[in-house]
Amino acid sequence: MTQNTGRRGFILGGAVIGAGALVSACTSNEPAVQPSAAAAAATTAAAAGGNDQPGTQVTIGFSAPAADHGWIAAIAKNAEAAAKQYSDVVFKPVEPTNDINQQISAVESLIQAKVDVLVLLPNDGQQLNQVARQAMDAGIPVVNLDRVFPDKLSYRTWIGGDNYGMGVAAGHYIGKTLKEKGVSDPVIVEIQGIATLPLTQDRSKGFEDALKSYGFKVTAKQAAQFTVQSGTEVTANLLQAHKKIDAIWNHDDDQGIGVLAAIKEANRSEFFMVGGAGSANAMREIQSGGSVLAATVTYSPTMASSAIKLARLIAQDKGMSDLTENQVPQSITLASETITKDNVATYLPLGFES
Amino acid sequence: MTEATPTRVARRPFLGRIGEVPHVGLVAALVLLAIVGLVTRPENFATSSNLVSILALASTIGVITVGMTFVIIGGGIDLSVGAVMAMSSVWATTLATQSYGPAVMIVCAVLVGTGAGLVNGFLISYGRMVPFIATLAMLVAARGLAQRMSNQRTQLVQQANSAIVELSTTRVLGLPLLVYVFALVVVLGWILLNRTTFGRRTYAVGGNPEAARLAGIDVRRHTMLLYGLSGLCCGIAAVLIMARTTTGSSTHGDLYELDAIAAVIIGGTLLTGGRGTIIGSILGLLIFTVITNLFILNGLNTSDQLIAKGLIIVVAVLMQRRGALTAT
Repeated sequence: MTQNTGRRGFILGGAVIGAGALVSACTSNEPAVQPSAAAAAATTAAAAGGNDQPGTQVTIGFSAPAADHGWIAAIAKNAEAAAKQYSDVVFKPVEPTNDINQQISAVESLIQAKVDVLVLLPNDGQQLNQVARQAMDAGIPVVNLDRVFPDKLSYRTWIGGDNYGMGVAAGHYIGKTLKEKGVSDPVIVEIQGIATLPLTQDRSKGFEDALKSYGFKVTAKQAAQFTVQSGTEVTANLLQAHKKIDAIWNHDDDQGIGVLAAIKEANRSEFFMVGGAGSANAMREIQSGGSVLAATVTYSPTMASSAIKLARLIAQDKGMSDLTENQVPQSITLASETITKDNVATYLPLGFES
Repeated sequence: MTEATPTRVARRPFLGRIGEVPHVGLVAALVLLAIVGLVTRPENFATSSNLVSILALASTIGVITVGMTFVIIGGGIDLSVGAVMAMSSVWATTLATQSYGPAVMIVCAVLVGTGAGLVNGFLISYGRMVPFIATLAMLVAARGLAQRMSNQRTQLVQQANSAIVELSTTRVLGLPLLVYVFALVVVLGWILLNRTTFGRRTYAVGGNPEAARLAGIDVRRHTMLLYGLSGLCCGIAAVLIMARTTTGSSTHGDLYELDAIAAVIIGGTLLTGGRGTIIGSILGLLIFTVITNLFILNGLNTSDQLIAKGLIIVVAVLMQRRGALTAT
């Protein structure tokens, strides 16, 4: 068994490195690379790009929550894979944890170790704000990944996904598809992650706003706690509550496995579904066309690879070569991209295993 | 175990349980919920597909509740059930296990569950650890092991092993197979508890361990077996959750321990042991499942469900206490 997980870890690791490589290939303005060629092209592409040339040696400290689902796991792997691409980067991750206190001490230890730059995905932006500020005050630039610190003095650059935009992307896809089908007064069901999180509320707001522009609204929404099991349970009940559904948006592809299982169990197929986050599994479902899953909107953990690249550039005092400025921008928001059967092949290498 | 032994104290509730009243309250609560369902969502609630859905939802945790009832009647507690189920589901869905086919996956889940339960039992009876502590340790460790084994990923049941998923998708007489598994576990559990020496010993050990020991029961061995039984139930539940969700995951069964304990308590089993019924536990569990169903049918959110569940636990226990006071 251990042997086998090891082998799988190796394969996954390879996939992630490949994905990271693809990102680097893209940033160096190569034409869109085919997935299979991506890994092979990566090393040469990395050498070719100006900013990817070896520079001053930098140490990048990295701290993120412990992986409790595929997305966070992919964040850590992507960060590590991105760092490994550079001979001039020393990657210094600390033990991932879901405990605020422990993450604070871990970050303190990185400050004491005098790393050149920090990449932080806090368990909670509010609660880690203080320690991030300490790092900045100590002259260590902080690259804030995804969950934002409330105080702008606490980070040099923020890079993250767009939760509101995710809702908008899903809303547009569903709105447009239903309009084209000519459905009036559709039943639209939303399956959220954890309802109390601001990120969930942003997603729902974006979804609602986008649907409004088509004159549609959400019929019912329920939270499924981001777990497969809860996804199954909540969906089983939702399907009972609504005998005819036109479209479902499920916020998270991880819990989506459970949602799809419940749909299959209930033998329902009168609607189409849109996922969220962009897991490899969801992409394979979209590609095969064998289920109700028609699309997914991304919230890609490749942002961790980009965060490491930004951290390296900041520490080396370089700017982003595609922009005119001499320094890395203060904030970068990734666009939420809509993956459908038409473009899924391009995205598949970037999908994370749930 | 003859009738005249000191286990008599513990046996009184056993005899008195036949045609006993506590279930009346539970059934009344269920009827009340059903009326609420019929009034608020007449077109959705009483449909056969909704009732099937409720039963399927109750199946996984129902199996765990049966094991939990044994442990609590035996005077213990098992906090590790959700985590052990998660670990069993993960172990059974690793690539290595999956390569041997569905039968081995099922055996694997059941063995892992039983093994973890026996470890709990061993620590408690021979290591003299308090059940709360020993099973708390197992809760934490089993989740950790599940995360380690799965690399925190959700492990899909492969196409080749879809026989497992058929437990959930195949229907016999309108009911998914997993509901039959649940029913079978309940029936076997009921027989074991009410019609065998093992069951009588369970009441005796929970009611008064010292008396049970003097009566010649190997209390330690029995306690260990009780936790093994709970683990076995977790293993079976792991198979059911794999069937339902098509995955094994370290996140499965989160807070199942609380739901299972709550269902057992609502069902009239004393936390101090020595008294309780399986039927009560199942009714308690059904009350929970129906509430969740009603809330979602009516489009209400999860926070309200939690408040309702909390209130029900308090009300149920208060009613039982009143019943107990008036009885003495």
